[in-house]
Amino acid sequence: MAVVFQKTRGLTDVSTHYCPGCTHGIIHRLVGEVLEELGVLDNAIGVAPVGCSVLAYKYFNCDMHEAAHGRAPAVATGIKRVRPENFVFTYQGDGDLASIGTAEIVHAAHRGEKISTIFVNNAIYGMTGGQMAPTTLIGQKATTAPLGRSEAHSGKPIKMSELLATIDGAKFVERVTVTTPGHVRKAKKAIKECFKVQIEGKGFGIVEVLSTCPTNWGLTPEEALRWLEDNMIPYYPLGNFRKPEEVE
Amino acid sequence: MAKVKGKVTFQEDLCKGCGLCVSVCPVKIISLDNDRINAKGYHPAGIVEMDKCIACANCATMCPDLVITVERLNK
Amino acid sequence: MAKVLMKGNEAIGAAAIKAGCKYFFGYPITPQSELPEYMARELPKIGGIFLQAESEIAAINMVYGAAGAGVRVMTSSSSPGISLKQEGISYIAGAELPCLIVNIMRGGPGLGSIQPSQTDYFQATRGGGNGDYRLVVLAPANVQELVDLIIEGFDIADQYRNPVMILGDGMIGQMMEPVEFKEPKQRELPEKDWATTGTGGNRKPNIINSLYLAPEELEEHNVKLQAKYKTIKENEVKVESYNIEDADVVIAAYGTTSRIARTAISQLEKEGYKVGLIRPITLWPYPYSEFDKINPNCKGILTVEMNTGQMIDDVKIAVKGKYSVYFYGRTGGMVPTPNEIIEKVKEVYGGEK
Repeated sequence: MAVVFQKTRGLTDVSTHYCPGCTHGIIHRLVGEVLEELGVLDNAIGVAPVGCSVLAYKYFNCDMHEAAHGRAPAVATGIKRVRPENFVFTYQGDGDLASIGTAEIVHAAHRGEKISTIFVNNAIYGMTGGQMAPTTLIGQKATTAPLGRSEAHSGKPIKMSELLATIDGAKFVERVTVTTPGHVRKAKKAIKECFKVQIEGKGFGIVEVLSTCPTNWGLTPEEALRWLEDNMIPYYPLGNFRKPEEVE
Repeated sequence: MAKVKGKVTFQEDLCKGCGLCVSVCPVKIISLDNDRINAKGYHPAGIVEMDKCIACANCATMCPDLVITVERLNK
Repeated sequence: MAKVLMKGNEAIGAAAIKAGCKYFFGYPITPQSELPEYMARELPKIGGIFLQAESEIAAINMVYGAAGAGVRVMTSSSSPGISLKQEGISYIAGAELPCLIVNIMRGGPGLGSIQPSQTDYFQATRGGGNGDYRLVVLAPANVQELVDLIIEGFDIADQYRNPVMILGDGMIGQMMEPVEFKEPKQRELPEKDWATTGTGGNRKPNIINSLYLAPEELEEHNVKLQAKYKTIKENEVKVESYNIEDADVVIAAYGTTSRIARTAISQLEKEGYKVGLIRPITLWPYPYSEFDKINPNCKGILTVEMNTGQMIDDVKIAVKGKYSVYFYGRTGGMVPTPNEIIEKVKEVYGGEK
């Protein structure tokens, strides 16, 4: 009898506060698995954001630092610069990274900080109750865009991976999703490659994970996966935008 | 060819009844138990016909809540 | 050790390095830029890190990360930049991390000016950011004291796991005076066993955090913080007084303003006036009890500040209504002259010596 799948040591035994069917749980698990498989879990320092994953410090089984809204890349910079031997990662949502924290993420990438960022994009502010995010799609309804986002009023949704891929210091940029078992396996592969970029001292890496928010989208968990595939992937294409070979 | 058989264990009280495991099971053996609620207040996922399991681990791969352990029985 | 002639801003850097601080995160702003420039030059020589952040907000959050990782770390700025740092300072205070923050104050509000001022007294001593927290606020009056307080400030921060602010102004940052680097008083400093260093697989994860969602937990955290602040109030008050038991008028002034007051007092003494001085060195905790030692027949307390009246609130709390409290201040980067202070003291005297 062989164990095909069991819980990673990369996560604690604390049950998450996430809503039923929210894919944050899958992404947490992938990060925990990769930390364990790359042998950096006991050496890792994670930085949690403000947003739905504000309590991530309870879930990752490594040293954790809870940052102010959007500032995780600055906090991670402070940690990595004084402890370069540690593995340092941030876990951030789209309000945190793509709105209030744009300066911090752009400049952490620009300096080529040897940190890794997991960017969870679900096109909405989840924790505060479904307000419009910079990543909310045109026409998508939110509590602060009750008629749906309009380009004339709020501009088009921001594409962070494409933006960060223009920065030399960003050595790894990839967008993935977790809507099917196949996509989950690809996402894990991307996270592993991204983390290796830090371990090998090459520079900044980010994996953007398109994620669901069944609660604030007003869909069942399964419907939310399909909505993501039908609406988000066409606007936010999956794939790698930057790898170390391409840069060097 | 020996048929691969699997055994899936649910840590039932962690389940939030989201049904993502149900949706990705290729042999359609997972269901939410609508007659019971678990400690969290959800209808938990479970399997009645375990002998049909092929140990693909799709369910565990999609589970956001670390409910599921998958074992391969023969081979 | 021989004395060396140093500019205030550079002396801060030299003192911090002497105190074992190898990490500086900052952002340029007048009138303190000589400090980050000094650190950019000197820290790499000792295996340290100077990093110019993209903003003051990022700089203080880098300090937050580094302090959480258990190292001695500092940042510096001037008034508008310190305003931007308030978010991070509140988090650092909430998470109980030690660090040193230097504010070389300039005139405000808003962009204000680049000339010296003391307009950030309220911000420094009353919190500045959100929540019920305190910084230890040290206000040096000369470059030697600046050096001493920087060195001791790191120890105070580590002892209490609390951010410490050095509150100076453009004058002290720019003036050159001879200094020597002395050992501070020996303190029992606790192990930083709470720091994020990686678990090494042999301990539970350490978590640096200021979030307590359960109201009872947050109240308990605040009670703990207040108990710490009470201990700091009991142990760390620093004040210098001059002739207060015998004075007819006592001037209260801190930092560079206190030096101008001393000049005024010398002149007044020649004219036969008896004038004392209370110079708080810690602005928080404030030396309230020092005012109990003032001559009971004193005609009044004159608070002199480079603002429109901020420390005067603490002076009023300190004198408990026993004395009339007067104010003289200049603002906008204007510096009070000894003659202006002399005239004001004579007014408080009311014509009779």
